[in-house]
Amino acid sequence: MSHTNAEITEGIRAKAAELLSSGEVAVFLGFIEGSIPMTLRPFVARRPEDAERFVWNSFCVMNLANYLPSLLKSLEPPRGLRDPVPAGPLPKVGVVATGCWSRNIVVQMQERQVDRKRLVILGVSSRGMVDRKKVMAMTGGREIFKVEEGEHTLKISGSDYGLEIDRWSVVRDNCKSCVHPDPVIFDYKIGPDSNRKADDRFAQIEVIEAMTVDERWAWFKNEIASCIRCYACRNACPLCYCPTCFVDDSRPQWVGKSIDPTDTALFHILRAFHCAGRCTDCGACESACPMGIKMRLFTKKLEKDVFELFGVEAGLDPLIQPPLVTYRPDDPQGFVIIKEKNKA
Amino acid sequence: MACREIASVDWEPRIVAFLCNWCSYAGADLAGVSRFQYPPSIRIIRVPCSGCISPNMILDALKAGADGVLVSGCHPGDCHYISGNLYARRRFALFKNFLEFIGIEPGRVNFSWVSASEGGQFADVVKEVTGLVKALGPQKRLVKGIGG
Ligand code: SF4
Ligand code: SF4
Ligand code: SF4
Repeated sequence: MSHTNAEITEGIRAKAAELLSSGEVAVFLGFIEGSIPMTLRPFVARRPEDAERFVWNSFCVMNLANYLPSLLKSLEPPRGLRDPVPAGPLPKVGVVATGCWSRNIVVQMQERQVDRKRLVILGVSSRGMVDRKKVMAMTGGREIFKVEEGEHTLKISGSDYGLEIDRWSVVRDNCKSCVHPDPVIFDYKIGPDSNRKADDRFAQIEVIEAMTVDERWAWFKNEIASCIRCYACRNACPLCYCPTCFVDDSRPQWVGKSIDPTDTALFHILRAFHCAGRCTDCGACESACPMGIKMRLFTKKLEKDVFELFGVEAGLDPLIQPPLVTYRPDDPQGFVIIKEKNKA
Repeated sequence: MACREIASVDWEPRIVAFLCNWCSYAGADLAGVSRFQYPPSIRIIRVPCSGCISPNMILDALKAGADGVLVSGCHPGDCHYISGNLYARRRFALFKNFLEFIGIEPGRVNFSWVSASEGGQFADVVKEVTGLVKALGPQKRLVKGIGG
């Protein structure tokens, strides 16, 4: 294990154990080793001794903020729809948060999905997470038994081979273009600040924008063609908490249940649009996709436009309104058809 | 679809127009009362406010085979509900860009402000939108069954 990861793992274990044994938090949310290489499991520790299982490395790709709204609710005493909120403080949740996850927590605070007073946030500056699919592409299809992480390398081994690769070459696209790797809110901080800032954050989007409209349609169609509509991308996203998702609406049925290309296209357009002004480019959706679809590019385009048109980024300030639930009188409207006054 | 292509010589686009009850719908009414001519290409759906139009509805029209969409509301400052159109303006600015980003032709989905007193402008907007959609030809990319 690399020195930084070891330090952060130690820090998480110690802090989680401390918070759990003092009773300050009822549960602590982090990652533990999964059953196959490069796949970690989100884990809810309920006893101080569980904290020993927490780990930290470059494969913590799922977004822990995703679990917070339901985890908080599960700790409240059960009550009916119209019963009042119980008096006195409700149990707290401890959680690890990188830059993007902490921004998702801010979005959840803005949208009243979590109560800051019930969270204890353990901030970690992230070095960028690794894309498992990029690593697998480097082994020529051979099965991977073990992956060891060094400071700047990954040692991969299988039954009859060993391989050492440069860590940065397999870091996820979103992490390579990340401008906020340091947590924006936290109660405790572990490990050094990263002071990393990508200078070409929208480069991937600009490539697509430069294409003709027909080329873009070909790109989009091709990108989503293999989608099996498993909704893993939606389920991994911390912004998706509607009790009934638009894909499950039946009257009207916005999106059909089949994998008809139009239904798949509508699913992707609407899913991405729902994240406009809220997505922090955490990449959990892409990491969850079994088909390797790059749906992050859709939300990234919206992120770029929100930034350029309205000058805001998601999840930086809990005290401001998300961009689509507010307006400015002088918002750009160059796209609106406005006819000269008819001289009648 | 086949018959639509055979008939392409004098093909007329079908455009779904979501008009706000307080301004653009009244503007369309005035255009009619004043006997301003405009192409018979639009199918009007009267809505309470442009702020209530969600991208779901626009896509639903395209999915059902609309060749184009027009959403029209009150000018900024004139909204019956004070600011519905200002929320809509942010939403549509992003949505229009996004549709173009994924390869839906510019001109398929259009937005305008038309007030209750602007019958002539309403006719002009419909003429312009019809021209834009006509130049693009039938919409096929998001029609269910023939999508692509
Ligand atoms: S997007 Fe940024 S903050 Fe999030 S995991 Fe990647 S580098 Fe870290
Ligand atoms: S996770 Fe991938 S395959 Fe599943 S619905 Fe999302 S894009 Fe489609
Ligand atoms: S849409 Fe994807 S990248 Fe954006 S917040 Fe949700 S999971 Fe993260």
